Amino acid sequence: MANSFKCEIVSAEAAVFSGRVEQIIAAGVMGDLGVLPGHAPLLTELQPGPVRVIHDGGDEENFYISGGFLEVQPDVVTILGDTAVRADDLDEAAAEEARQHALKAFNEQSAELDYSRAASELAEAVAQLRTIQQLRKKLGRG
Amino acid sequence: MAAAKEIRTQIGSIKNTQKITSAMEMVAASKMRKAQDLMKASQPYAKQIRNVVSHIADANPEYKHDYMVEREVKRVGYIVVSTDRGLCGGLNVNLFKAVIQDAKVWREQGAEIDFCALGSKAGSFFRSYGGNLVAAKSGLGEKPEVKDLIGSVKVMLEAYDEGRLDRLCVVSNEFVNTMTQKPVVRQLLPLSPDIGNGHNAEQSRPGSWDYLYEPDPKVLLDSLLTRFIESQVYQAVVENAACEQAARMIAMKNATDNAGGLIDDLEMVYNKARQAAITQEISEIVGGAAAV
Repeated sequence: MANSFKCEIVSAEAAVFSGRVEQIIAAGVMGDLGVLPGHAPLLTELQPGPVRVIHDGGDEENFYISGGFLEVQPDVVTILGDTAVRADDLDEAAAEEARQHALKAFNEQSAELDYSRAASELAEAVAQLRTIQQLRKKLGRG
Repeated sequence: MAAAKEIRTQIGSIKNTQKITSAMEMVAASKMRKAQDLMKASQPYAKQIRNVVSHIADANPEYKHDYMVEREVKRVGYIVVSTDRGLCGGLNVNLFKAVIQDAKVWREQGAEIDFCALGSKAGSFFRSYGGNLVAAKSGLGEKPEVKDLIGSVKVMLEAYDEGRLDRLCVVSNEFVNTMTQKPVVRQLLPLSPDIGNGHNAEQSRPGSWDYLYEPDPKVLLDSLLTRFIESQVYQAVVENAACEQAARMIAMKNATDNAGGLIDDLEMVYNKARQAAITQEISEIVGGAAAV
């Protein structure tokens, strides 16, 4: 128990995860970061990408976050995701399709195209795929 | 029998009204369930972001964001969340009363008031009441989305950034249960440490610590606090939508019951009139027979 802390993951639509964990690995805007028990208070923005949670007892679980915030307090870590889903629920085909779509929009760059929106769509699709691949790698190992 | 016929048409029309109100009651009951689900779905996020922001307000940061500094109050902004449609009992009226009462206190201290109206009822109320309406948005529907609200919220936040507002409150109905909705005025800005009323005293340790920020405090707090305000306003709108359906259900239930009572009374009057007419007719016949 001493080596674990409370973690809350919420998205705008629902509470996704709540429980005691040993470690959290998330994609911050300045690079991946890991949080262990006793981390100093921290506030950071998250990039679209996977969040790896290592449960009390060593089991691992993956979540996908499409951007948001992470707050570290001495006894609790809160992740406020714009959308957060369990990685198992991610649909690889849909993510790949979204990536192709975004790439196409990105390359065409027609007059009406909103450049920044296309870029963020692309980043999100790539992040989803990254989460899926990470999950698959883990499953392949195990 | 002229009076009896009149009464019968009246009963007929009340019965029609009763049909409409009971249909509306059932529609409101099913919509209320959906609105409540929507409210419950977004509650965890609103609660957690409130906790995070209350931690920030507790901290002693090197960088003080504008939203965290108390200013002398010269102008107060209210975001008033109302319904788009009527026929929901005293829901909106009670809410407007609460706003005006709160605004009066500030006015007596010499502050001026700005209103932002969400929902068409608030819009039309403040137009006739004469408040200074700076933003309005209506037609949010039963599934309000955050992006519908961003515009009006931004107007108020910009006013706050530029120093035209020194305090920002959101006014909406709180869903206590199906029978009870309570109008509440919540202060959004400046942030006060007791904002996360869910967290207990031992957790709060004001003053002595600060966060590590990534990338830097200004950018981070800017986006986090804007997100916080949006989520609080969104939560207020969703909760108010659930209140609207609940209040409408109760109002329509009362209307249906009242129509039933009215029909009973009128039927009694109708039967009496009919009986009187028959009695009169018999006595006329008897009188006529006796005369012959």
